[in-house]
Amino acid sequence: MRLPKSIPGNILRGLAWAGVLFLIAPLLVVIPVSFTPERYLSFPSEALSLRHYETLLFDRRWSGGILTSLLIASVTTVLSVVIGTLCAVGMWRIGGRRMQLLRLMVLAPLIVPSIVHALAFYKSWIDLGWLDTVWGVIVAHTTICVPLVMITVSAALSGFDHRLEYAARSLGARPLTVLRRIILPNILPGVVSGGIFAFITSWDEIIVILFITARKVRTLPQTIWSSIMERVDPAVAAISTVMVAATLAAVIIKLTLAKRAAPQP
Amino acid sequence: MYVLFVLPAALLLFFLYLLPLARILMISATDGQGFVANYGAVLTSAPIHRMVWTTVEICAITTLATLLISYLIAYVLVQVSERTRMWMMLCILVPLWVSVLVRAFAWIAVLNNSGPVNGLLQWTGLTDEPVQLVRNQFGVMLGMVHYMLPFGILPLYAAMKGIDPKLISAARALGARPFTAFRRVFLPLSLPGLYSAFVIVFIFSLGFYVTPAILGGGRIVMIAEYIALLISQGYDWGIAAALATMLLSVVLAVVFIAGRFADWDSVLGGSRR
Repeated sequence: MRLPKSIPGNILRGLAWAGVLFLIAPLLVVIPVSFTPERYLSFPSEALSLRHYETLLFDRRWSGGILTSLLIASVTTVLSVVIGTLCAVGMWRIGGRRMQLLRLMVLAPLIVPSIVHALAFYKSWIDLGWLDTVWGVIVAHTTICVPLVMITVSAALSGFDHRLEYAARSLGARPLTVLRRIILPNILPGVVSGGIFAFITSWDEIIVILFITARKVRTLPQTIWSSIMERVDPAVAAISTVMVAATLAAVIIKLTLAKRAAPQP
Repeated sequence: MYVLFVLPAALLLFFLYLLPLARILMISATDGQGFVANYGAVLTSAPIHRMVWTTVEICAITTLATLLISYLIAYVLVQVSERTRMWMMLCILVPLWVSVLVRAFAWIAVLNNSGPVNGLLQWTGLTDEPVQLVRNQFGVMLGMVHYMLPFGILPLYAAMKGIDPKLISAARALGARPFTAFRRVFLPLSLPGLYSAFVIVFIFSLGFYVTPAILGGGRIVMIAEYIALLISQGYDWGIAAALATMLLSVVLAVVFIAGRFADWDSVLGGSRR
C-alpha cells in the first residue's frame, strides 16, 4: 500500500514529517546551548566554550553522579536479567492458569504509576534501614526492571519450539543444563534487549530516587533534576548533548543492523 | 524443578514490591484521622478539587492530541518507502530512548524567554515582549505530548503493519471512494492498536511527574507532584496515601476495561496467532 501522489496524500505526508521533526528538533537545540561560554542558558554568540563539559568531568556533583548511576544501573541490570530470565523460562515451562496470578504480580511495576511505588518504597525502606543506601536503590530498581526483562524474554520464548526442550530432557539433560545449552542460546536476543531496557530504565530513573535517597547517594538524574529546579545550569545542556549523541549512535546502529538482518526483497 | 526458576522473582516482587504497596493502601485507611477523614478530605478539599480538575483536563487534552498525531504519523509510516521510513523511525526512536529529564530540559531551552521560539516571534515582529511559553499549562501539555508521541506511534504502527493492504484495494475495486475505504475497512481494523495506544498514553499521562513538575514550574501541579509535595512538606501520610490509592484504582480500571479491546501481542512483539 503506497500513499497516492495526490494533493491529500502530499498533505498527509507533510503533516507526518512536521510531527516527526517536532519530535527530534528540541533535542537538537541543546547542542549549541551546551557550547555557550556564559553561566546561564543561552546560545553562544561569538566564541564557543567547552567549560560546561569540563564541569561534567571535574565537578564532583556531576562526575560522582555519573559513576554512582553507572554502578547502580550495572548491578541492577545483572540482577534483573538473571531473575527475569529465570522467571520467564519457568513460567513458559510450567504454563497454564496457575501462572496467571504470578504474571500479573510480576508485571505490576509496569502499570502502577511511579509516584505510587515511590511512596511504597520510601515507607518500607525506612523500616528496613535501606534509605539513602546504594543497596536500597538497587533493590528498588531491580523490582521495576524485572518485568521489562520478563516481557522481552517471554516474547523470544514464544517463538521457541517446545520440542527441542523435550528432546534434550529425554536424552537425560537436567533443567539447568537445558537452560544453559538449549534455551539460552536461542533466546539470547530477547535477554540482551531486556538487559538494555533494564540498564536504561535504572540509569534514567528519578522519581523513586527522589524519595529514597538524600545526601549520601547522588545519581546523575538527581544532579540533573536539582540543576534544572534550582537554577538552569548549562552543564545540563552538556550532559544532554552527550546523552542525545549516544542515543543517536545506538539507534542508528540498531536500525542498520535490523535492515541488514531483514530478508532482501 | 522449574518452580525454583520462578521463585526469586516471586519472592522479590511479593515481599519488596506488593507488600510495600499494600502498606500504602493500608495507610490511606488508618493514618491521620482514619479512612473516613482521609477520603473525606480528598472529596471535599477545594485545592484538591482544583488539582484533580487540572490533572483530568491536561490528561484528556494530551491523550487526545497524542492519539490524533500518532495515528496520522503511523498511517503515513506504513505507506512510505523503506528509506523514508528509516529516517522517520530515527526521529521517533531517538526521543523515545532519551532520558525524560533531558527532554523536559530541552523544552526549557527551546521555550524560555530568551530561547529560539521567542527569538523568532520577536524577530518577525509578531510580538515585542517575550511570550511566556513555559511554567504554564501550555508548556506542560506540549512537553507531555512530545514525551507520549513515540508511545502512541509505535503500537499504532505495529497494528497497522498487520493490516492486509489488499483489503483496501478490494474495497476500492468494489467502488468505495478512498475515504470510505479508509473509514469502513482500515479504521476498524486499526482499532485494537488504537486501544492499546490509548491505554499506554492515558495511564502514563495520568501519573506523570517529571515533565509537569519541570515545565509547570510549580504553577501547574498534577496529581503525582501534588502527592510528592504533601509528603515533602510534612503533611500527614493519610491524605497522600488516599490520593495514591485513588490514582492507582483509576489506572487499574482503565487497564482492565480498555485493555480488553487492545492488541497487546503486536505491542509486546509476541507471536501473532
